[in-house]
Order: sequence, then structure tokens, then C-alpha cells
Amino acid sequence: MGSNLIVSAIVALVVLAAGAVILPDWAMFLFAMALAKGLVCLGIVGMMRGGVVSFGQGLYYCLGAYTATLVANTFGVSDIFLLTLLSAAVCLLVGLAFGPLLSNYRGIFFAMLSLALSMVLYGSLSKMSFIGGTDGLNIAAPTFLGWAPEGRPLQAALYIYVVTIVVIAGTLMRLYFDSERGLLTLATRDNELRVEYLGASVRNIMTYNYVFGAVLGGIGGTIAALALGHVDPEFAFWTTSGEFVFVAILAGYLSVPAVIVAAIILELVRSFSNLYFPNTWQLALGIFLLAVIIALPNGLGSLVRRRKGNET
Amino acid sequence: MDLAATILVDGLIYAGWLFIVSVGLTLVFGVLNILNIAHGSLYAIGAYASASLVGAYFAAGGEAFPYGSYAALILAAVLVALVLGPLLERGLLRFFYGRDEVLNVLVTYAVFLILEDVMKLIWGVNPYFVYEPYTLLGDVEIGPLFYVGYDFAVIAAAIIVGLVVWLTLNHTQIGKVVLAVIHDSEMSQTMGVNVQRVYLGAFMAGAFLAALGGAMTAPMISVTPGLGVNVIIVAFAVVIIGGLGSVPGAAIGALMVGISRAASVHMLPEAELFIIYFVMAIVLLFRPEGLFAKTQARKI
Amino acid sequence: MSKGVLEVLDVQKSFGAVTAAKDISVTVPEGAVYSLIGTNGAGKTTFVNMVTGYIKPDAGTINFAGRNIIGMAPRQITRMGIHRSFQIAQLCNELTVEENMLVADAIHGAKGPSFLQNAHNQDARARAIATLERFNIAEHRNRLIPELSGGVKKLLDIAMAMAGDTQIMLLDEPTSGVASDEKFPIMDLVMEALKSAGVTVIFVEHDMDIVTRYSERVLAFYDGRIIADDAPDEVLSDPEVQRYVTGAPA
Repeated sequence: MGSNLIVSAIVALVVLAAGAVILPDWAMFLFAMALAKGLVCLGIVGMMRGGVVSFGQGLYYCLGAYTATLVANTFGVSDIFLLTLLSAAVCLLVGLAFGPLLSNYRGIFFAMLSLALSMVLYGSLSKMSFIGGTDGLNIAAPTFLGWAPEGRPLQAALYIYVVTIVVIAGTLMRLYFDSERGLLTLATRDNELRVEYLGASVRNIMTYNYVFGAVLGGIGGTIAALALGHVDPEFAFWTTSGEFVFVAILAGYLSVPAVIVAAIILELVRSFSNLYFPNTWQLALGIFLLAVIIALPNGLGSLVRRRKGNET
Repeated sequence: MDLAATILVDGLIYAGWLFIVSVGLTLVFGVLNILNIAHGSLYAIGAYASASLVGAYFAAGGEAFPYGSYAALILAAVLVALVLGPLLERGLLRFFYGRDEVLNVLVTYAVFLILEDVMKLIWGVNPYFVYEPYTLLGDVEIGPLFYVGYDFAVIAAAIIVGLVVWLTLNHTQIGKVVLAVIHDSEMSQTMGVNVQRVYLGAFMAGAFLAALGGAMTAPMISVTPGLGVNVIIVAFAVVIIGGLGSVPGAAIGALMVGISRAASVHMLPEAELFIIYFVMAIVLLFRPEGLFAKTQARKI
Repeated sequence: MSKGVLEVLDVQKSFGAVTAAKDISVTVPEGAVYSLIGTNGAGKTTFVNMVTGYIKPDAGTINFAGRNIIGMAPRQITRMGIHRSFQIAQLCNELTVEENMLVADAIHGAKGPSFLQNAHNQDARARAIATLERFNIAEHRNRLIPELSGGVKKLLDIAMAMAGDTQIMLLDEPTSGVASDEKFPIMDLVMEALKSAGVTVIFVEHDMDIVTRYSERVLAFYDGRIIADDAPDEVLSDPEVQRYVTGAPA
């Protein structure tokens, strides 16, 4: 298992990184955005394994994006590594504050409370005119440890950066999902009473999943902000979170690569719909979502990975 | 003193509106156990339908009896419920009864997305204005403050809606059947209740209330795409605060949200957008299932 | 007092107008086997639920290992060594038998559950399978829970509770939901495994044949009170017990 995982990670890295050479500019941007959002969705998938779905992951997506933007604009920091680290740290702290609280809630209450928190951020940012209000803020292009590329090299560097982070995060999450704690998460989804009566804290399990989701959301938001060069409160709006949930449902909780594939599919569908059916993009998305729920109740991942039997 | 009075009146007006848009949502959840995101779409469709009907009414010479436009408003909501209620409930939702609550939220989210674009296809993207019903009732003077009479009609409508729903549930034969289904649908089925019909009826009632909320709001605003997005989130907050499935809960939730928002608008405008969710978060902290939810310990 | 003794003193509990426990006092010595009998609603399961932290008594004390455990969460009580099984076996239905066992093993590992260590690692699997073998259910290890018979579910439920450092085991109706010809074989297996581990056993049971065969002492419950606390033969021949619990001379 261990060596298989490393080989898979390397293959994924090489294949995805090849995009930096092959892909046209528009596609590279699209993939970079898809991968950044895929990170956020990976966090939701981590929570789904424990039986809860956050409808407010836009909170961390937005928080990460604004942290990076405010730090960049206020202190002139442009290094992408530093910005990512700072956003991740802020989201970690906020996640640690809310995690223990949300870990008491399940089902619709977890979904709605997480949504409420993201809407509080949305509402606050919209009213804060000193940081752009509803118009949001611009963020300058990032530098990479002192290197300041422009044009295509900048795009390619950003793309390689997000690919690397996605592969590392994906590998770590796979390790976590397969770990003892990962199994406890699945057991919690199934029967909390049993888990508590074995002597484990369900709240603790839920809190960790939430905090990991927060950090992944913050990193995703930072990269999305840098790729777009702009942030606005819509990052925290509930429909943004809704799309993340959509990707997580499309992917299912069985496979990590499925999350990335699902995120890419969503971005492709979106851009083609925008091009060819600009007024019916949500219609297409809605029908797509229904089709997934009906035809693939365990998500795309169930096509390539069965939880039972061949797993060792 | 003036400030407190203003907050109270504004809060009550907003609460009336909130109650109308929320009570259908909580009713549908109580019976079908589905938290219906498409409730927001039904609201928006109600607004469009009433804009169209009221527009048509005046175009057909309704000026002679302008009060007839109120009938057009209600008719619009009835039409929405008659067309979309059976379509959504029989055509889609019934296949998801008994499934995971969160999955069902996603199903209705998909419906919401679809209906958003369907509205654009039917009504286009340009705004509709039907101000006539709004101005018909004149102004009301309370001390130094002026209010539009129509705003008070909204409060009256909320009270009527609340009483009708409550009396129907608690003092009629139909209500008893509905309460039995809420309590235990399987048992009701074996006792000879046509559960399917109760589900359909409850969903249509919910759709009517959503559309009525939209229809009554249409004269107060410009009806544009995206109307349903914010409504549903606010309505969610109200029903979660009150306790899912509880009609009195929806009333209390609407009052809490309405008055706190009015207070925020007058005292701390920056907080207007998030005060609603703030109230909800506070309530959930102390009552994890809302104010009026029935909690039951699990037997082991 | 010895460390493994469970001491229940003057415990009271009522649910509204219903008295579920009244003046409950009992001392269970280390290594003993107690059974709890009584009609439905007499307070047996309430007793189990109070000792394991699912229900908090209104008054009284429950001492174990030198501490009053009232008010502690179930998981804290479990960690002290008081484990339980359930009337309806509490298992993870989406996991296999072996994975259920691995969950229990992961929680009770020396360092606590790991974030990186694979849950299916060789050592953990070996321990899980050994426990399953002890309860004679290792052959089902790759099956999902809904496919199992009632007896196998009960055994797995108890096996999971044995993964930690179990000192007291409360079994809530270990033979309910089990086919009648399986009852004695299952009880033989369970009691053998628990006794060889030196565990104190307290079990709730309706079948008087099982009560007399396996328990050293019987607590008879009626209306939230303990009406008899003695050796099985004594309790079952007690007229009050016959009138309120067993319904006929034993």
C-alpha cells in the first residue's frame, strides 16, 4: 500500500505537471482554478467520511483568499509560499475555534450552521467598504522565492505550484483516510454510539476532520485568489459553497483522485456552458447534479474504487 | 422611544414577511422531512407570476377596479402551487422519501438551480415592476412616522396565514391526519391514511405559501433574476431557529430575526446582513435543534 | 476496598412520574458474575445505562477504582475499564466484521489511534483476528454486518467491548435476538472468554435457565427497586420474586 501510494502520487504529479507544457493558456488557467477548488472539496470529502457535509466551506475559501490579499496589499508580501502558509495558519486557527463547536452538530444542523458562519463572513465583507465591500480587492501576481515570472511562465509556475500542492495534499489525505483515525471516521459515520462506547471521542474525530477541511479550504482560496488576481465576498456566498458540495458529491468519498477529476469536470462544464448556453448554465448543473445523485449515489470514486473486498 | 417604536414596527413588518416565506418551508419539512431549497425558487416564481398576472389585469382594463389586483396576486400563488406542486412532489421528491436529509437538501438544490434558469427562459432577465397594489392602500401615520399601508397588509396576511395553518393542523380532521403522518407515517399508512395524498397536499400547501410570499412581495420590489437566492437562506435561518417542522417556532423565529434585523438596520447598519445568521448561531448554541424542536433520547 | 469492585450506593433516577431506580445499592466484587432479572421496565437496563454513563442518576454514588463515576461520559467510563454490550448489537454496518474489530483495536492501542498508521496493518489485523477467533467468529471476518445472524452480531458486539483493558463487562440481554438453539453455545463461549480474562460480569437476562446456569448471584428488579440480591436458587424461590418477576415457582 505504502509504495503503491508513492508511485501513484508520482504518476499523478508527472501527468498533471505535463499540463504546464501541453495546455493552452485558457486551459491551464481553468485547470489551476479547478485544482484550487478541488483542494476545498477534498476537505468536504474528509468530513463526508464522518457523515457530515459542510454547506459553508466558502468560509475558508474566502478567508484564505482575503488573508493572502490583505497580507499582500498591506505588507507587500508577494511570495506564494509565504502567502499560502499564512492563509493556512489563519484558517487553522479559525477552524480550531469553530471545530469543537460544530462537532456537536450533525446532518442538516451541521450543514446549516456551517453555512451560517460563511454567510456571516459574506455579510461582513460586503459591508466593509475599506476593503472593497462587494467589489472586493485586487491582488498582484505572486513571486516564487524571489523569482517574478510574467505572462506564460507565471501561469505555468502557478499551475505547477497548485499541482504540487494538490498531489501532496491528496497523498496525505489518502494516508489519513486509510489510517486508524480514518477508520474511526468511517465508524463514526456509521454508529457514533459504538465509537463512544469503545472509549473514543466522536467530537474529537469530527473536529480534526473539520480543521483539515478548514486548512485545505484556506489553501485553495489563496491559490484561487492568486490565479484570478482578485477576491470578492462572493467567495463566501452560499452558492459558491454549494458548488464545492456538488463536486464532493460527484466525487464521493471513496477516492481522492475522483475529487480532482470532479472539480475539473465542473470547471469544464461551466466554461463550455458559459460559451454555448450562457443562460442555462445552472440548468445544466442542476440536471447534472440530479443525474449524479440518481445514477452514482457513491460518486465517481465508486467506479474505480470499492470500499469492500479488494482493499488491503 | 421613537427609535424603539421604529424598530418594532419595521421588525414586525419584516417578521410578517419572513413568517409567510418560512412557514411553508417548515410545514414541508415537518411532513416530508425534506428541507426544500427550491422553496426559494417557488417564492421567485410566485413573484414573477404575480407580476405577470397583475400586469395583465391592468392591461385588460383593471384600472376600473384596482383592488381586483389583489385577487390576481393570490391567484398567481394558487397557479404556482397547482402546477409546480404536483410536478415536483410526484415527479421527483417522492423518490427520495426516507433518504438521508442532507442528500435531500442536494436534490432540492438541483431543483433550485434548474428553476433559476427556467425563470430566465420564461421571464427573461429584465426587471418587472407592478407598483399599483403597493400604493392602493395609502399611507399610515404612526406618531411622527409614515408607513405604506400595504406593509401592514403583509402583517395582517402573516397573521391570517399563521392562524389558518395552526387551526387547520390542530382543529380539523385533515389536520389530525397530517399530524399523524408527521408523527409516524408508516403507522398512519397501516391505519388507512393515504400518506401519498398527505405528502402531496403538504407540499402544495408549502409551494402555495412560498409563492404567496413572492406574489405579495412583487409589488414592493423590482422582480429580477436571483430573487430566490437570499430568501431561501433567510427562511432557513428562521425555521432552524424555531425548530424544524414547528409552526409556532417559525413565528417566533420570524419575530426574532425580523426585530433583530430592524434593530441592526437602525443602529448598526454594517451588521444588517449577518445579524440573521448571528441570531441563528446563538440559538443553536443553546438549543442545538432550535427552540421548538422535539428532542428524543435514543433507546439503546 | 479492592480496586476492581463496583459499588453502587443509594442511586435514584426518575423520568417524569416514572421511577426507574429507587434506593439502588449493590456491591459487585471483582471477578464475580451477576445477573439482573425483572420484567420490562423494572429498571435493569436503566441500571446498566447508569453504570456506563448513558443516563445520569438524580442522586447517589457509583464508585469504581476509587472514583465516583457519576457524571462521567460513556467514553471516560469505558476508558476506566467498564465496558458494555447492547440489547441491539451496536455495530458499524458499512464495515466488515474485521474492520469493526479494527476500530476497537485502534481506539485501545497503546498510543491511541494514529493519523498515519494504516488501520489494516499486520499487527492490528493479527490482534483483531485473534479476538475474533476467541469468540469463534473469525470465519465471518470479511462479511458485512447486515449479512450476519443475530448470534454472530451479539458475539462481535461483545468481542469489540473486550478489545480494551476490560475489568467489568455489562451485557444487556446477551441472548435476545439469538436463535434458541444458539443461546447456550453463545453463553458458553462468552462466559469462557470473559472468565479467562478475569472480567467481572453483570448481565441482564430473561431466560431463567441461563440465569441459574451462569450467574453466581442474582439481582431481582421490580418497579425500580432491587427486591432480592442473593444466590440464584435463593432468589428464584423467593415468593416476592416469583410473584413479580418469574410469575411462577421456579
